[in-house]
This record gives sequence, structure tokens and C-alpha cells, in this order.
Amino acid sequence: MTIGVPHYLIVSGILLACGLFTVVTRRNAVAILMGIELILNAAILNLVAFSRLVTGAVGGQVFALFGIVLAAAEAVVALAIVLQLYRAFRSVDTTETTELKE
Amino acid sequence: MSLHPFPYLWLIPALPLLGAIINGLFGSRIQRRFGETGIWATAVLLPWISAAIAAWAFVTLARSGPETALYVKLWGWLNVGWLDADVAFTLDRLSGVMCLVVTFVGSLIHVYSIGYMRGDPGYWRFFAYLNLFMFAMLTLVLADNFLLMFVGWEGVGLCSYLLISFWYRDKEKAVAGMKAFVVNRVGDAGFVLGLFLLFWGVAGTWQNPPHVQHPLPDIILGGEGAGATTRAATAGTVVGSEGHSLPAPQRVMMESIVSGIVHGEGAAAAAPLPRTSVKFREVERILRDPARRDAFVSQRWLGLSLVTLACLFLFLGATGKSAQIPLYVWLPDAMAGPTPVSALIHAATMVTAGVYLVARLHFLFALSPLALTVVATVGAATALFAATIGLFQHDIKKVLAYSTVSQLGFMFVAVGVGAFWVGIFHLVTHAFFKACLFLGSGSVILGCHHEQDMRKMGGLWKLMPVTAFTYLLSCLAIAGFPLFSGFFSKDEILWKVFSTGNLVYHSGGFWLYVIAAVAALCTSFYMFRSFFMTFTGKYRGEPHGHDAHASSPSTHDSGLTTHDSPAASHDSPHDSSHSQPAAHSSHLPHESPASMTVVLAILGALAVVGGFLGVPPLLGFLPNWFEHWLEPVFGGSEHFVHWRHYPHAYEWGLMGASVVIAFLGAAVAWWLYYAARSPIPGRLMASGSPLVRRVHRLIYNKYYVDEVYGRVFVDGGVGLSRGLWWIDARIVDGLVNLAGRIGALCGMLQGWIDRVFVDGLVNQVGDGIVAGGRRLRGTQSGRVQTYVYGIVAGCVMFALLTYAVPW
Repeated sequence: MTIGVPHYLIVSGILLACGLFTVVTRRNAVAILMGIELILNAAILNLVAFSRLVTGAVGGQVFALFGIVLAAAEAVVALAIVLQLYRAFRSVDTTETTELKE
Repeated sequence: MSLHPFPYLWLIPALPLLGAIINGLFGSRIQRRFGETGIWATAVLLPWISAAIAAWAFVTLARSGPETALYVKLWGWLNVGWLDADVAFTLDRLSGVMCLVVTFVGSLIHVYSIGYMRGDPGYWRFFAYLNLFMFAMLTLVLADNFLLMFVGWEGVGLCSYLLISFWYRDKEKAVAGMKAFVVNRVGDAGFVLGLFLLFWGVAGTWQNPPHVQHPLPDIILGGEGAGATTRAATAGTVVGSEGHSLPAPQRVMMESIVSGIVHGEGAAAAAPLPRTSVKFREVERILRDPARRDAFVSQRWLGLSLVTLACLFLFLGATGKSAQIPLYVWLPDAMAGPTPVSALIHAATMVTAGVYLVARLHFLFALSPLALTVVATVGAATALFAATIGLFQHDIKKVLAYSTVSQLGFMFVAVGVGAFWVGIFHLVTHAFFKACLFLGSGSVILGCHHEQDMRKMGGLWKLMPVTAFTYLLSCLAIAGFPLFSGFFSKDEILWKVFSTGNLVYHSGGFWLYVIAAVAALCTSFYMFRSFFMTFTGKYRGEPHGHDAHASSPSTHDSGLTTHDSPAASHDSPHDSSHSQPAAHSSHLPHESPASMTVVLAILGALAVVGGFLGVPPLLGFLPNWFEHWLEPVFGGSEHFVHWRHYPHAYEWGLMGASVVIAFLGAAVAWWLYYAARSPIPGRLMASGSPLVRRVHRLIYNKYYVDEVYGRVFVDGGVGLSRGLWWIDARIVDGLVNLAGRIGALCGMLQGWIDRVFVDGLVNQVGDGIVAGGRRLRGTQSGRVQTYVYGIVAGCVMFALLTYAVPW
């Protein structure tokens, strides 16, 4: 059997599901960030997979590279936020950082 | 009657007005700067100039033929439709006589007031009022029409009020002024009603006028034609000098009228009769026209002929002003004013305005025998009634006041029987002698330190010779001693009353004659009583200063019980004054200053010789100038007035009776009161005979008329007011309160609706939003995972919407 686009999409879907699951279930902010990275990667994988359908084009790959760079930048900012969060609450547990409630 | 322009006529009333304005506005400053001289310099001078002009006008009138009148029109006043009132003055022979009397007697009294009012803080005010009175009285006399006359009529009433209450700090005097004003108002209402009835009746507006001489419709005839022609007719005489610029057709009409007036006797016929008018001479012209007169006289209303009704209303006005029954009550109280005022207003001039009114309207009254009978009867009743009250008064001014009422009654008797010139004649002679009497009494009062009770006078003949002598002359005149002025006028009245055939009841003339003769007897008695009590015997007043008469009010007021001749009760004090003449000489009565005695002398002289103006033809040593002078004025009414003809013997007999009456009254007074020697009055009082005492009490208390009026009208008015107050408080206020309550109730209901429904809705919306917010608040938990559920749910929902739902 040949590996087609649907297979990529399935892997991408699994990645998305794992990421979502991580984001939803974990309390640690860092872990949630990791889940977000998984979701991002799932999206990037989609870009690469769909670029296969277009012969001779590299737009998908380029977008993927952009996405990876973007993810890195995003991780920097998010980690900085988490650090600040830790400074303020002495904790990175998202169930405890609920000051915006009401 | 033709009109001659006399452009200075308006100055006669205007100059006193000028004086009133000067002293009224700047008087207090003038008095502070220049003293009292500064006040009287203008206030006395201006009436004298006015008197001089009046004399000049009178001479001019005398020279310009019998059927003329001097005329000046100042400006048109109310010229609307048939109403044609101008501010215009007419001096005919009647108003000329009145004008002379008013200006000369008035000016003399102004001179007298210089001395009488000396030292009064209200000096300037007094003269301002007095001048204003002169203005109003002269306006009344000279007025060309009813409305202007009414202005003067009200003006004299106002001045009378102001001057009676001149010393307004004294409550009694202020009240007397108010009483005069209110009683006069009653009469004035009658005057106005009579005027309306006359104006209305002459026009005959409620029926088809049978006298329309013009084919034009009423609107044009009344609104334009009549107004324009009468205006043209009156303006005609002055058109030459003023040069009116009227539209061409009117100018043509006017010129034809003017030529008619100027040229010859047919003038009155040439000018078309107006529909109606308020001008005396126009009304007279209308009523001279037989058709119009019949139309007017035949009109009846409420069963009475309209002319009678109009006359009676006008006569009601005259009774108010001239103090006749039933409206005489104010005049005795009016003596609260300063004595010159009593002389000028309440004896010589203003109170005669009623007589003047009836004489002025002779052409109207002559048409109604019933009205004339009423006038004569009321006059006779008043003459007797007031004369009897005068018999027992102690206050010298009260005696004179009732005497005035009584003499006015005589005048009304005269005009009431149709002898108009006789009424005016008595008016003139009365003005002389009564002004002199009042001024004499003023001199006495001033001399006796403001004592008015005759029981505290006596013996003043030696102390005040001029006053006493002039007072005696006037007493002789008013009592009707032969050859004094009152003799001629009063005797003529009695003769005319006796011979009248004009009264509606049978042999009325005889009975009225008897009443008038008894009144004349009383007059003679009470006048000489006052003379003897005041001027003969010994001085009975205490030789006191001004403060002492506060100590003896009890004797003053309890006159009912004390003796009529108080020589016994007050005998000792004046003896001590003789022993110490130096200490008390200044407190004894003294003669008044020259400015007063000169006036007294002039008036006294006039009171003696004034009667020679109208010597009856029976005596005939002088022509009867007065009757001849007024003949053109009253001649038109002659043939409406009927006389019975008696032989000369009757006239001689009546004249003799008058003389006997005069002497009899004086003799009785002399017997009882000369030098206060006779014990009879005292004995009569002390006799205890109930009849005597009751009669005396009744008369002394003026028949209790004031009390009855007080009970009926004042208390009635108060009761009515109370009733109305009750209605107001209970019913009117109740209705108002009910309306208020209903309003409040509606408000409450509306408030409830507002609160419950409107506010409820608003609050419900708000509450709903608040409640919704409270619910939604729970969704913001602050837990990011929860938000993620939302995001995922939303994504899933969109995915399902996109793929699962078939659009």
C-alpha cells in the first residue's frame, strides 16, 4: 500500500487529539504548552501533506518551516508568561491561577 | 342757543388745577423753604385770577345777547357712534351764575384759610386739596356734557373726602370722611344710572325710532351721520380759528351748519337733530322737538315713564351730593373737616351741586310732574326734618350743618315745583350767608381754642366784635328778616310752593307750604339760639390752654342729661379769670386775624345786599334782575310748569307770614337763650315729664337715623358679608377642596400605576439583566481548561453545522 494524503491526515488527527488531550487534562502550564506544540505540529503536518498534491510546488514546505519558527517564538513568549505566572503565584498549576474568576 | 367762542374759558378750572399740582407735588418743599407764605401765595392767587376771568366771561356773556353761551372745546374726548363727549366748557347764564359764586366765595374762603390754618403741619396739603376742589367744582359747573360733569361730580366728592379726613390721624375724622365718600357713592350710582337711562331713552334704541328724519339705515345714521353732524355742529363755532382739515363732503356739510349757526335764529332748526347725545344743549334741543319729545316721554319701563325713571335716578345722585333724605347722613359728620372746608364745600358750593344738576336738567325734569313732585316732597321733608334736629344741637358746627341740609331742602322744594330760578337764587344767597356763618363759627372755634360746644361759649360779642356782627347779619339773612338776602329768596320759595299747580297730589302746594313754613320757623329759632348762646351773656368756657379740655369730655358728651343752659354748671372759673387778667388774658377768646375778619365782612355785606338781585315784582322797588337773567335758560320749560293764580293779597299775606315767622323764631330764641338767663330749657329738661324728655331725646339723637342706618345698612352689610363668607368658606371652599381632593386622588392612582407598572417594567428589565449576568458569571471560572472545552465545543458545533446539517 502506498502512503497517501489520508495517512498523513490520520497521523495529524492523532497528533491533534493527543495535543488536545494534553491541553485539556494537564494542570501544569508547561505541560499545556507542550500540548499546544503538538496541536501546532499537527497543523504543520497537514500543510506538508497537502503540498504533496501540488506537483513541483514548495509552498507547503515553506509554510511548514514558517510554522516551526513560529512555534519556537510562541514557545519563548509562552514560557516567559509561565515564568511570570510562577513569580506571581509561586505555582504553575492552572487550577490555582484563577484570579480572573468573577 | 348760539355759541360764542371764548378761548380763555378753560383757564377758569385750569388755574386752580395748576395750583393744586404745584402745591400737591412740591408743597412740602415750598413750605420748608419759604414757609406758609410760599404756599398761600400761589394757592390763593390762582383762584382769584380764575375769579377775574370768570367775571370777564360773565360780562362778555351779558353783552352778547340772551340766547348765547360762551364755549371752548379743548379736545374731543369720547366720540364713538352717538356718544359725543368732548372736553369742552360752556358758560351759559346758569353756569355763569354758579361759576361766579364758586370762584368768588371760593377765593374768599381761600383768603380766610390763610389765617385759619396757620401753624398746621399740613398747610400745603390743605391748600392743594382746596385748589383741587375748586378745579373739580368748576369743571362740574362749566361742563359741556354729562360725562365731563360727572368727572367734576366725582372730583368734588373726592376732595370732600380728602378734606373731611384732613386730620386723618383722628380716627373719628377719618371715618367721617369715609362715610361721606361711601354715601356719596350711593348717589353717584344713581347719577350714572340716570345718565344711562337718559342716553338710552333719548335714542329710543329698543323700538323703531318714529322720528327718523333720514332715509339712511340706522348704522349709517347713527355711526357716521349723527356723530359727524353733531361733532360738526359743536366744532362749528371754532372752525374758523382752528381750520379743521376734514374730508371734502364733511367739510361742505359742516360749513353749511356753521353758516346756519352763525347766521340768525333758524340755526337750531338748520342743524339736524342727533339721535342722542350726552351734551346738555343737544339733549335739550332734542327734547324741544315735539316728535322726539313725545317719543321719549311715551316710553315706559317697569310701569314708570322712562323720563320719570331717569329723573328719579338723577335725583338720587342729587340727594347724595346735596345731602337730602335719605342720603343726608354724611353731611353732619362732614363737620369733622376744617371749618373753611365746611364753609366752602359743605355749605356754599359742593352740596349745591345737586340743585344745580336739577336746574341744569330743567328741560328733563319739566317733562315729568311725578319726578318734580318727588323732588319737592323730599326737599320739604328734608327741610323740616333737618331743621328740627338743628333745634337741640350743642355743637355750633352741627347746628350749621343741619341748617345747611334744611336750606338745601328749601332749594329742592323750589326746583321741585318748577321755580328753577328761585332755587338758584336761594343757592346764591345761601352761599353768601351760610359761608359767612360757617366762617364765623370757624372764627369762634379758633378764638375759643378749638371748642365747638356752644354751652362753653357765650359773651363773645365783646371779645370778637367783627365775628359777632357778621354772624348776626347772616342770622338775620337766613332767618328771613325783611330786606336781608334770605328774606327775598326764601319768601319767593314759599310763595312759589304755595302757588304751584304742578304737584301730582291734590292741594299739595298748601301742605308743602306749611311744612316749609314750619321749617323756616325752626330755622329762625335755632339760628338765633346759636347766636345768643355764643355771643351773649358771659363767657362760660374755662380760661384754659389747649390741654385743659381733655379734662372735661364728660360734660361735653353727656349733653343729654346736663342742662341745656349750662350757666349754672360752669359759673365759677371765669370769675377767677377776671381777677387775674394778666395770667389768663392769652387764654380768653380773641378776635381772629384780619385775613379772616375781612372775608367775614365781605360775606356779611353780601348776605345783606345779595337779595336785591331778585326783588319780587310785588315790592318792585328794584327790577328782578335774577329772574330776567336766567329767563332765557329756563324759559323753554315754562309752559310745562303750571301755576295757580292768586290775587296779590295772598302774596302780601304770605310775605307777612314769613316776616312773622322770622321774628317769632328769633323772639323765642331770645326769650329762652338770651344771655342764657332763662331757666326754662333747664326746667323743661329737669321737669321729668316723660313726653318732653322722650321727644327731646328723639330729636337730640337725630331721630336715631344714624343708628337705624347703622343697623340696617352697615350691620346688614356686615351680616350679608358674613353670610357670603360662610358660603365662601363652606361651599365654595368645599368645592375647591373637593376638586383638589379629586385631583389628589387621580394623582395617587396614577402614581400607583407608575410605580407598579412602569417602574416595574423598567426594574424587571434591569433585574433580568442582573440575574442573567449573575448566571453567566459562573462560566468565567478562570480555569483555562474550561475555556478550552468551550472552544472545542464551538469548533465541533461549527464542524457539525458545516458538514452534518444539509443547508
